[in-house]
Amino acid sequence: MLKNQAAPPATSQPKPGRQISDRTLSQLFIWPTLILLIVINIFPLFYSLFLSFTNYSAIANRPPEWIGFANFDRLLNNDDIWGYFALTGRYAVISVGLQTVIGFGLALLLRKKFRGSGVITTLILIPMMLSPVVVGLFWKLMFNPSYGIFNYLVGFTNPATAPDWLANSDLALWAVIIVDVWMWSPFVMLLCLSGLSAIPDYLYEAAAIDRAGAWFQFRRITLPQVAPLLLIAVLFRTIEAFKAFDLVMGLTGGGPGDATQMISVEIYSQAFLGQFRTGRASALAYIVLVIIIAVSNVYIRTLNKVREG
Amino acid sequence: MAAQSTPHPEVNYSTRVDEISGRARTLNSVRAVIVILIALIMLIPVAWMTLTAFKSRPDAVAVPPKVLFEPTLEGFLSLLTDRRQLTAEQIAEYSQRTDLNWADQIALSRGQVITGASNYPQRLANSLIIAGISTIFSVALGLLSAYSFSRFNIPGAGDLLFFILSTRMLPPVVVTIPVFLMYRAIGIYDTHLGMIILYTVFNLSFSVWLLKGFLDEIPREYEEAAMVDGYTRLQAFIKIVLPQSLTGIAATTVFCLIFAWNEYAFALMLTADRARTAPPSIPSVLGTGGIEWAAIAAGSLGFLIPVVIVTFALRKYLLRGVTFGAIRQ
Repeated sequence: MLKNQAAPPATSQPKPGRQISDRTLSQLFIWPTLILLIVINIFPLFYSLFLSFTNYSAIANRPPEWIGFANFDRLLNNDDIWGYFALTGRYAVISVGLQTVIGFGLALLLRKKFRGSGVITTLILIPMMLSPVVVGLFWKLMFNPSYGIFNYLVGFTNPATAPDWLANSDLALWAVIIVDVWMWSPFVMLLCLSGLSAIPDYLYEAAAIDRAGAWFQFRRITLPQVAPLLLIAVLFRTIEAFKAFDLVMGLTGGGPGDATQMISVEIYSQAFLGQFRTGRASALAYIVLVIIIAVSNVYIRTLNKVREG
Repeated sequence: MAAQSTPHPEVNYSTRVDEISGRARTLNSVRAVIVILIALIMLIPVAWMTLTAFKSRPDAVAVPPKVLFEPTLEGFLSLLTDRRQLTAEQIAEYSQRTDLNWADQIALSRGQVITGASNYPQRLANSLIIAGISTIFSVALGLLSAYSFSRFNIPGAGDLLFFILSTRMLPPVVVTIPVFLMYRAIGIYDTHLGMIILYTVFNLSFSVWLLKGFLDEIPREYEEAAMVDGYTRLQAFIKIVLPQSLTGIAATTVFCLIFAWNEYAFALMLTADRARTAPPSIPSVLGTGGIEWAAIAAGSLGFLIPVVIVTFALRKYLLRGVTFGAIRQ
């Protein structure tokens, strides 16, 4: 902050100031972002941390009351909560895994241009342009066992014997995964395409001159070169998968029973349904945050290792 | 590739023998066919949504699903207007009238009369303002920060970057409560300004990370050469780096726009009426007497089109990526 305030005089000096120093410039470039993040994110972060140690309820007309670790104690000794975490983890791993494979595969198929490849690529991007809550609602229609089109497309033409995806507790999670993969594989594809297009041709030309096989080229040139952007895509998708909310709410609302009760849906239920346990919901959100930070750290270390090596 | 379409392909230095052989060409065609098939499969839901938007209420829930049907604008009408149910006598009376326009007639065919425009168009306008402005801010601010992180030696850069990213990790449901209290205290609850700030901040982390990835790929030698030639750092940034990073800027713009345009949780909890955007409004069309699938599909379709237009307009930058290949050589 102090450095930032010292910046204007440096720029207003006529002779040496014409050339803004790199340091001043970098301060000027970074601080607007940081200030915005601090005001809009740091305050809520600390306020929810405070709330997570209280029994505050958004609808009760009384100030938050400090109850120490009681919320965390309750949550961590609750088998249901652990179940929801396991469910969210399974969902994140399967969903992001499939998206990575499909997205990267599509990018490899699309990297070399053919007539109309640009239009095709843009068309493939359409699913991720939709609003998740709308997608959830709309796939609900597609999954409907009697008038939905999904069962017909995958080969169940008799409504009487066709599976009811959203009412079957084994299938509901897969229904959410199918929609999530449909929606977000294009995202992974787009980032991979950006990465692939940055690989200089001469690497492949050199490999071709040396008669290197396709697999060797893929493993030694394509994969390492595209890895940084691929990992960024996976990182963002994993964080989003852990926060899965809009899509699940639109599609299943956490049901049937609690078959798709992702951790975010659970936080929402705690915070905004029934007793409005704002304090406990904040505590749960903090547990999620710690997990996400831990997972992201692993990713980012891998990312840095890939970049350096 | 142009080389394939002419009988005597012009030989230039980058034509590789192994890429114009018969086998390579066959492989290329197979690849194109596979891609087109996958694209078609992925578009089925979108196509279905488009069809449903033009279906009448019974057609939308017909068993088995109808691919061929008589198109109607009922869905759009349900979305854009408020209507009142008529009694049998009133229907008979209205049917006599000759001053009805096409919209009134569609409503009448369902036994309803249009009482006015719904609030959906206003919400669509809110979406446009909020998503558009916040996208510009997050890309601009993100670009500046990303450039600093990419080029300058910033103490604790790793931690700062991680801090920036971590702001996106907290589930929105919980950020909302303190933000709501703060916004109410300073009087920007349910305003465009409040939503623009919020979306800008939420996209910033993404924008900084993504743009840094792109900027890292542009060799510093370019700017250094320009600065040796007498450019200042700022001029080098504007004249050298900016044009080279257009691909990255375009990609980032599309992502930020899509997020801000489609965001649901914040909009639901931080706006009431004045600044409410379209996503929380579409599910509320669910309305009375069963789900209006046609209206939902119509809303989704109309809501999708602006984003598709922007993506198509920026397609060249999104997909080309030529700049990167060019610089490296």
